[in-house]
Amino acid sequence: MSSRTERAPITQEKETVQTWDIIILEEVCKGCAFCHTFCPRDVLEQSDTFNAKGHYPPRVKAIERCVGCKLCEAVCPDFAIFVKERSPSKR
Amino acid sequence: MASKAVLTGEMFTQGDIAAAEGAIAAGCRFFAGYPITPATEIAERMASRLPRIGGKYIQMEDEIASCTAVVGASYTGLKSMTATSGPGVSLMNETIGLAAMTEAPMVLVNVMRGGPSTGQPTEASQGDIMQAKWGSHGDYEIIALCPSSVQEMFDFTIQCFNLAETYRTPVFLLADEIVGHMYERLIIPPEDEITIVNRKKPTVPKEEYLPFKADGDLVPPMAVFGEGYHFYATGLTHDERGYPVMTPEAQLELIPRLCDKIRKNADKITQAATFETEDAEVLLLAYGGEARSAMRAVKDARAEGLKVGLFRPITIWPFPSDQLKKAAANAQQVLVAELNYGQLVYEVERHIRGEIPVHLIPRPCGVPHTPNELLKEIKRRTQ
Amino acid sequence: MTATTQSKPSQEEHPITRYVRKDRIPHIYCPACGIGIVLTAFATALDNLKFDIDKLTVVSGIGCTGRASGYFEADGFHTTHGRPIPFATGVKVANPELKPVVISGDGDLFAIGGNHFIHAARRNVDMLVLCINNFMYGMTGGQQGPTTPTGAITSTTRFGNIENPFNLVSLAASAGAVYVARWTVLHARRLAKSIEKALQKDGFTFIEAVSPCPTLYDRHNRFGSGLDVLKLYKEISVIRNFSDPMKAEIDYSTRIVCGEFVDEEKPEFTQRLAEQSARLQKR
Repeated sequence: MSSRTERAPITQEKETVQTWDIIILEEVCKGCAFCHTFCPRDVLEQSDTFNAKGHYPPRVKAIERCVGCKLCEAVCPDFAIFVKERSPSKR
Repeated sequence: MASKAVLTGEMFTQGDIAAAEGAIAAGCRFFAGYPITPATEIAERMASRLPRIGGKYIQMEDEIASCTAVVGASYTGLKSMTATSGPGVSLMNETIGLAAMTEAPMVLVNVMRGGPSTGQPTEASQGDIMQAKWGSHGDYEIIALCPSSVQEMFDFTIQCFNLAETYRTPVFLLADEIVGHMYERLIIPPEDEITIVNRKKPTVPKEEYLPFKADGDLVPPMAVFGEGYHFYATGLTHDERGYPVMTPEAQLELIPRLCDKIRKNADKITQAATFETEDAEVLLLAYGGEARSAMRAVKDARAEGLKVGLFRPITIWPFPSDQLKKAAANAQQVLVAELNYGQLVYEVERHIRGEIPVHLIPRPCGVPHTPNELLKEIKRRTQ
Repeated sequence: MTATTQSKPSQEEHPITRYVRKDRIPHIYCPACGIGIVLTAFATALDNLKFDIDKLTVVSGIGCTGRASGYFEADGFHTTHGRPIPFATGVKVANPELKPVVISGDGDLFAIGGNHFIHAARRNVDMLVLCINNFMYGMTGGQQGPTTPTGAITSTTRFGNIENPFNLVSLAASAGAVYVARWTVLHARRLAKSIEKALQKDGFTFIEAVSPCPTLYDRHNRFGSGLDVLKLYKEISVIRNFSDPMKAEIDYSTRIVCGEFVDEEKPEFTQRLAEQSARLQKR
């Protein structure tokens, strides 16, 4: 949503329940960008700040879209991201 | 054939077979090998004996694989061995370094044949003396025992296993084709009279186990794969945890320990046999098959009134330095007879330090010196 | 040194790191290297199977992938160059209860270790060989190897590789492996499933994982970043399960044929050895 001329949709957003948590271990990330590039639901994006080693880790931009497919976890070469199901009490 | 492990009793047999029986008596239950003259009979014997007593024999695709499988089996807890000749050792040297670095107890029988290269496969030689010591790259120590009879092929193989288990190191049985293919009487003692040494096991809880943390004797206790210790070993320079470390400090800590666990225990390891050395003016040094001719030559010389003694190193590595100096105390010269063009003579010179002359009686061909030839050489040097 | 990220470091532990030596993480691999993905897939497979780690021995050779055995919280051994398979054979024959897993690279397993590979497959010794194929020698700086495609630029084929590469799945199948599969690292979940399957099989199993090497191979040959190569995999890879492995293409300019190629049952070496030994001991 970068363009200012673009109008936000009038319809109200559907209320969603967050079922998944994505945990990002920023300091072990090497910034390969695999997780946010291949996320089929466009849940992640690259963060604009870098970690101690100078790599840009991912960050969550739309957790409500996550369906827990764990592809990000599978394609991460550095054990730096994983997906956890929320316990029902926290939802 | 009975399915007993130790075939107690008397038999008329070959050196190679005696080595195989010695290995089994020592508790060897894994053999990986590759056919090579003149050591093939050891593999053949192991292949027919081991499956009958619950042991494992596997013929690998080459000597590199054989030696590596032996290291794998050793880490999995079995006393393991391979047998080959010089060309095979040339290939195994890579893994011998790995076994020294990862401190894998194992026994290698080298039935030496003529070299270099393919050389004379069916002829004897003692040309791998220095190869046994310096074969792999880097600093490490090796133990090598040199048998002179079929009985010693049996006895020394057991000793090789005991030394390998005590010091967590590869140990050579450095035989020559003469002894390997010789037929003689072999006496296999009752099982309970055979001394067996097993490697030290860890005594700490599994979580606290450090695979390369040595005890006071410089030897670390050894866990076995599959027992839940979850330990890691590498041919890279490593710390006590077994993790690779590429610092000078790590190398300075590891390499001296690997060498010193043998060097500092040399007095416990080295062995030599002597004959008529007390008053000997000429000390004849010979080992392996050649020592049999030398013994006859010494006896003949004594019969002629010459003061000649025989010094036979049993451990070629580490070299029995103190024993040699003692035997040479009254000698005016040392004659070194070996089945090569001069190898162990360098080690003898190093230990004699120029105090008395050291002469080589070389024989770079497959047939040992006759006692007469040695006697002639003794006379030539003394007159 | 200050980190500019705002969020607090997470206290949570990655679920698969229970299989990993935490004191050795982060691993040595370059950013966007695919080896880490294969390690994750392997650990995930262990987790899914609730594999008894005491029965696992991870063995590797030399090279980038050669370091893999040191990252798992299991018994592990880092052999000399090319020798993980004979080492694993020694382990398996000495104690058939154990499952050796060889994780190594294409150069280690198919150049210096090629003879060991075909013979272990021929004997059908129970082990999983997981080969990470990045088309050249990584650790030594990107030299030509047995899988380097014809024409490819490496540090020792500056003017293009004039040799023909091995097709690893075809080689494994013809040598007698009972399970053969190929995946790219982008097929991370299928790769993990495949590893699960192979771990449960009794016999010599082989999985090839095609991986980017953004530091060397992909840079020399202008395939771009690791991300670009993964995007390329997405574009050109096709799954052809149980197609002829001889025809399983692996070419960045046309396509990469992935899938399972062999899945069969054959008598396993250590079982035969045990049967023969039991028969002889009864006599």
